[in-house]
Amino acid sequence: MDVLVNPTESSLLRFTTAGSVDDGKSTLIGRLLYDSKSIFEDQLLAVEESSKRRGDAHVNLALLTDGLRAEREQGITIDVAYRYFATPKRKFIIADTPGHIQYTRNMVTGASTADLAIILIDARLGVIEQTMRHTYLASLLRISQIVVAVNKMDLVDFDEDTYHKIVAEYMAFAKGLEYTPNIRPIPISALNGDNVVTRSDKTDWYDGPSLLEHLETVQVQAETAADKARFPVQWVIRPISDQDDSKLGNLHDYRGFAGRVASGTFNVGDDIVVHPSAMRTKITGIHTFAGEQSEAIPQLSYSITVADEIDTSRGGMIVKANEPVQSGQEFDAMVCWFADKKTLKPRGRFHLRHTTNEVRAVVTDVLYKVNISTLEKSQESQEFSLNDIGSVRIRTSAPIFFDSYADNRTTGSFVLVDEQTNNTVAAGMIIKPITDAFDESAEVQI
Amino acid sequence: MSAITHLQFLESEAIYILRETAAQFQKPALLFSGGKDSIVMAWLARKAFYPARMPFKLLHVDTGHNFPEAMTYRDWFVKEIGAQLVVGSVQKSIDEGRVQEEKGANASRNKLQTVTLLDSIEEHQFDACLGGGRRDEEKARAKERFFSHRDEFGQWDPKNQRPELWNIFNGRKHFGEHFRVFPLSNWTEMDIWQYIRQEEIPLPTLYFSHKRKIIERHGQLLDTETGFIPLLDEEKPNVKEMIIRFRTVGDATCTGAVESTASTIDEIVAEVAAARQTERGTRADDKRSETAMEDRKKEGYF
Repeated sequence: MDVLVNPTESSLLRFTTAGSVDDGKSTLIGRLLYDSKSIFEDQLLAVEESSKRRGDAHVNLALLTDGLRAEREQGITIDVAYRYFATPKRKFIIADTPGHIQYTRNMVTGASTADLAIILIDARLGVIEQTMRHTYLASLLRISQIVVAVNKMDLVDFDEDTYHKIVAEYMAFAKGLEYTPNIRPIPISALNGDNVVTRSDKTDWYDGPSLLEHLETVQVQAETAADKARFPVQWVIRPISDQDDSKLGNLHDYRGFAGRVASGTFNVGDDIVVHPSAMRTKITGIHTFAGEQSEAIPQLSYSITVADEIDTSRGGMIVKANEPVQSGQEFDAMVCWFADKKTLKPRGRFHLRHTTNEVRAVVTDVLYKVNISTLEKSQESQEFSLNDIGSVRIRTSAPIFFDSYADNRTTGSFVLVDEQTNNTVAAGMIIKPITDAFDESAEVQI
Repeated sequence: MSAITHLQFLESEAIYILRETAAQFQKPALLFSGGKDSIVMAWLARKAFYPARMPFKLLHVDTGHNFPEAMTYRDWFVKEIGAQLVVGSVQKSIDEGRVQEEKGANASRNKLQTVTLLDSIEEHQFDACLGGGRRDEEKARAKERFFSHRDEFGQWDPKNQRPELWNIFNGRKHFGEHFRVFPLSNWTEMDIWQYIRQEEIPLPTLYFSHKRKIIERHGQLLDTETGFIPLLDEEKPNVKEMIIRFRTVGDATCTGAVESTASTIDEIVAEVAAARQTERGTRADDKRSETAMEDRKKEGYF
């Protein structure tokens, strides 16, 4: 396979892999890396040597990703590992999350930056509790594309009925989720390579793409241009210089808002609202080092200048005037708790980090916890421990500018930071703002 | 709208991280070695803050065992991008008795750099150091965060790292602690070369094919022209002139060459694509043990 990516055309796909210990996840990743020539001879040699020393019966491809001494000693993966490979059509970043230890925390972390999730099912076992848990987390994190890789098809004689039964059961479960991603089932054998890179002649009843073909061509809609335009301000660029720039002229009065477009597009001349002051103005310039741009598009970084002297800085946000953003200090959110030594309880206080903003926050109420095996909501306990997921109400010390996570993965997400240790202790996804109590009761009456 | 290319994504992500670093820390520094990764990082830093100057200094931890070409390049490049340079000297650390020089034919100052780096951080009160490390380089690096916490002794605790979600990076720290920040985490060696080609970034001549007097030791091709590698008597007759280039540029005592006739960026890109060895395969410092990189990183290495 030619590994030379065409840099002017190739896009990037970020995906995460989920599976339990023995479902062949390492084998699948090993095969994708190996077949795309992303494993080098010296890496393979080192892994072969370690496998021999450890007395493994075969070359243990997990050693490629398990880089830390403790992981290699204990034969477990502690942490999310990022792997890279490329084909002539696309570059890929894999967030490989371990199957058991700290499972939820790691999968939520890996899924937060992924556009697609591969969920592995052992064809002999079918849909099991793990499968549903993985799918729930992918859906919760709003991953828009799921590949259901029904693996070890060689061990069920590539039986069509077995495959269709598993897929039907999976689809029935996924339809019941609050958010159902696009789902592409593929029958594979990671060990032998069936339907991984090329289509297998052992599954002539299957007329879909191989896994790699699908990964190379699937459209992902992360941060699309069609979403509402959002530009969190990261930093204010002020050259404080009387020198002339060859492109921009005299820099004495230059004041640019630096940031990365979270969603939507901005054009020079657009009517905008700048938070926190909520003042209205117009975009006068969109700058990069390469020169003046007419439009700013999602995921790219710019420096934006505006018509009026407006007070904003890091933590502020620029939005289009006709696409307002929520500004508020109280909201409901789903949170996943990450700390193993502390619990989350009502009245808990944190630093809350949201886009480029940081405010103080207090958890005013624990609304419910989710049992991620049964998806049942429970109000029995008011306390979250490690890997618990559920809904809380949060109040902040100052307004933040947000959308619901369902509408926007960037402006709808936040983390909580412990005030004593400074550790990141929770991931949060905003459900809805609480504007005032009367609105809520009005909703109920309707 | 057409999708952005992977290089556009990586560039924007790195610029985002560089701006986060400027915003979240009081006094960051950019670690500059004259190698291609730190060159790309400094190039991106110029873009991130344009039209202003980058709000941090470049820090070069100088082992004293440099290729002269790398030094010439360093001084030219720093001027070209309008940056300020500070140098931390390993020789000075040795002279002051802070570290002891390794002995023997394979002696290297690579490990000693850690002390000089930590001393420089303390002397200048840097609270964040931007490094050009990439996750594809080495297995311990694959687990590294963009914002990597260091305790007051400069140590890394790989088992207790902060999870990083979405685009949110947590740089909160206590007094005396600092961070290492890696804007190029998601880049591969190929991405670096394709970006250098796209941007037409000038590089030190060491990266391109040239003639050099070389000694082969433990399968590594080592330089003999700088004089920093002591030759054993039995090695002296085996020194030979070869057509080589360097895949990484670091301390001369542990940077191995590869035989290559690639003399343009395009030829290098083709060579990297066909390569069957990782670039760190040419680094003697990683070969000392299976977890050599992790062990050095825990102590505060780059």
